[in-house]
Amino acid sequence: MDFASDLFSSSFAPDMTTPLLSLQGITKRYPGVVANQDVSLTVMPGQAHAVLGENGAGKSTLMKIIYGSVKPDEGQVVFNGQSVQIRNPQEARKLGISMVFQHFSLFDTLTVAENVWLGLDKSLSLAEVTERILAKASEYGLDLEPDRPVHTLSVGEMQRVEIIRALLTEPKLLILDEPTSVLTPQAVEKLFVVLHKLVSQGCSILYISHKLHEIRALCSACTVLRGGKLTGVCDPREETNASLSRLMIGAEPPALAPTPRTPGDVVLSVKGLQLDKQDPFGVDLQGIDLQVRSGEVVGLAGVSGNGQRELMWALSGEDTRSPAAAITLLGQSAGQLPPRARRSLGLHFVPEERLGRGAVPSMSLAHNLLLTRSEALGTGGWIRMGALADQARSIIERFKVKASGPDAAARSLSGGNLQKFIVGREISAAPKLLIVSQPTWGVDVGAAAQIRAEILALRDAGCAVLVVSEELEELFEISDRLHVIAKGRLSPSLPRAEATVALIGEWMSGLWPAAKAEMAQGAQHVQA
Amino acid sequence: MFKLEARPQASRLWTYASPLLALALTVVLGVILFIALGKDPVRALQMFFWEPIKSGYALGELMVKATPLLLIALGLAVCFRSNVWNIGAEGQFVIGAVCAGGVAMLAGKDTGRWVVLVIIAAGVLGGMLWAGLTALLRDRFNASEILVSLMLVYVADMVLSYLVYGPWKDPAGYNFPQTKTFEAVTQIPRLMTGSRVSVGLLIALAAAAGLWVFLFRTRAGFAQQVGGLAPDAARYAGFSSRKALWVALLTSGGAAGLAGALEVAGPIGQLTPYVPAAYGFAAIIVAFVGRLHPAGMGLSAVLMSMFYIGGELAQSRLGLPKSITGVFQGLLLFCLLACDTLVAYRLRWVAARSAVAGGKA
Repeated sequence: MDFASDLFSSSFAPDMTTPLLSLQGITKRYPGVVANQDVSLTVMPGQAHAVLGENGAGKSTLMKIIYGSVKPDEGQVVFNGQSVQIRNPQEARKLGISMVFQHFSLFDTLTVAENVWLGLDKSLSLAEVTERILAKASEYGLDLEPDRPVHTLSVGEMQRVEIIRALLTEPKLLILDEPTSVLTPQAVEKLFVVLHKLVSQGCSILYISHKLHEIRALCSACTVLRGGKLTGVCDPREETNASLSRLMIGAEPPALAPTPRTPGDVVLSVKGLQLDKQDPFGVDLQGIDLQVRSGEVVGLAGVSGNGQRELMWALSGEDTRSPAAAITLLGQSAGQLPPRARRSLGLHFVPEERLGRGAVPSMSLAHNLLLTRSEALGTGGWIRMGALADQARSIIERFKVKASGPDAAARSLSGGNLQKFIVGREISAAPKLLIVSQPTWGVDVGAAAQIRAEILALRDAGCAVLVVSEELEELFEISDRLHVIAKGRLSPSLPRAEATVALIGEWMSGLWPAAKAEMAQGAQHVQA
Repeated sequence: MFKLEARPQASRLWTYASPLLALALTVVLGVILFIALGKDPVRALQMFFWEPIKSGYALGELMVKATPLLLIALGLAVCFRSNVWNIGAEGQFVIGAVCAGGVAMLAGKDTGRWVVLVIIAAGVLGGMLWAGLTALLRDRFNASEILVSLMLVYVADMVLSYLVYGPWKDPAGYNFPQTKTFEAVTQIPRLMTGSRVSVGLLIALAAAAGLWVFLFRTRAGFAQQVGGLAPDAARYAGFSSRKALWVALLTSGGAAGLAGALEVAGPIGQLTPYVPAAYGFAAIIVAFVGRLHPAGMGLSAVLMSMFYIGGELAQSRLGLPKSITGVFQGLLLFCLLACDTLVAYRLRWVAARSAVAGGKA
């Protein structure tokens, strides 16, 4: 996936020796955690500089310090050769620092131009702002309609609004926080064209990511953080994936060796599922056809917000508006069964939101078992506390969850550890069908590898698995077959061997041949 | 200056210490208030904190008032833990009293003792009915249970007034707005002679124990609370939010109605326009000061009962206005809400300008 590397040669670093930005000995402590410890960072003018690290490595805190929204406890910030104290984002913007956040700060009901206007000098009129947006957009080849309300935009377009907003301040330094996590591969390519152009014009870029190939395609310098500390500064183009991940996680993730198997009987079958959205910004599901067999992992790719949430609600039983016959679980019509009935048929589900949906934040791990497990219950729903604690303890041990014990509140665990516990809770129930949504979202590399291995082990034990993920690499790694969901429609199934990033990327925009769809569906039945 | 800093984990210590600190602050503010009113603060505090416990009889009176407060608070705790905001326990209390009183009026001189059970059942059902109206409107039309339950308090008061000024007025009562005095056979059995404490106290204590078991030892109680703490998790687990709504409102309505029945067939002995004593509102404070925990609410019900009795004494002996009880209740609740900040945050003293090391350069 080094589609942008050929563009790299066009970028150059202006011959200047004064760093644009230099951080020295930055330390930031939060209660119970040191987010940054003695971190230094130097960005040259016209340099695309990557900040690499796992979730929780302290990347975002460091960026917020540069952008003035967090004050460091120690250390100093030097910008353009002058020691500065950036007290708030306004001061940062005055210095020429702009930031595009991972989570967009746009008002859904306003238009593109109005959203941009909100962040700008108040003396401008809306018409002038519109003009400037169009000028910037054509300069960088970002196509954008200033009059469209934001809620009608795709995620990629929303990001373009954020980027235009940042560019209108004529930044010397542009900070991008995980900008590609919500984009299709094609949209990533477009973004990189813009970024390369910016760099060639002398703008510096701080690019936060944990995707190695992107960093290598864009950046000429890289600062690696682990656990809040600096672990290395290097030129990513001269490093291998292995050496970069060693810097990032301290050890290489264990490689998985998937063993192909012949899938067994159909466990989940969805036929022509049609479902109107429940909330105004949701997605209508249209004609979803899907089969998952025992002993196979089916991956569901797609950019988030294309109907994954709605499909998961319908499959888990949180939404029971489907026609009964549209969803069949182990031969039973299940479209209108509530979650508990589906669970007793053998369907277990790991939702993407861990806190508040997969677990009750303020309750103990042991109590959180009761959401989906009932082994520790006696007659009349009496909770046997000893048995419940033992059950929690065994999951904590088996899945290597770092927690103080069964009494630890769910919210006291890190994202990765809570995810391990929730995945462990569902896997140890010995499900016949496991549905996992974003299994490794916000989870560190070590835990992610462990969760993927557990999913594969479950498949090898004969369980049917459906995995929804935004991470294509993850899906390629663990799936036997792939589907793509786009705009509420589901693509035909594709064996992993035939899937390429380019093809899946194209399908993510909804461009799969409809005729081919029927053929592939037929072929799949023959195959089985 | 002081700075509030989020704690990594909620403080166990302050979960329990916060109500005590709130009580201490309430006392301090009370002393300031008494001095401002020109009263001797020591004597005033005596009325509130010593008089109600100085004799066996006084203790009995303390329990008489604590019983309905505890019963109502127990029911409300189920609601609040399920994120159902029943503010109208007062109305459910009144309708419970009306239904119980209606049955009690039917009893004659030769009715058996069994009538007490019927009176209690009528009270419970009346309270459930009144809370059920709120549940129905919330369930069917998604009406805010806060507004509906609160408004129904005033409707309940009107129902009571209509009955005691109209059809149920005692013909031999010199045109006073009250029903006839109920027959002695309807009287809730007392625990001992020389005190007005009735079996109601035992019922309340048993209910507290029952609530503890329900909340902390049954899956139904667990499901009920998940709905309040994390609605999405309840939906994911498959716990019905409609069921939680109905269980919460019917339980608290029943508890409030029971308290109403115990009052009219106990200390009051007839229906008058003065049956509503704002127990239903005070119980909200009892529930929160008691941390929605059965044991905690037992203690806070006694405390609130002291405020009631102390307020009456301060009125008769020191000439303080009647509203002093309400002032104390409000002070306690607000102090508690303020002190609860300390559960999730800690106070830290920081120098006026935090030293960002930029100054070193």
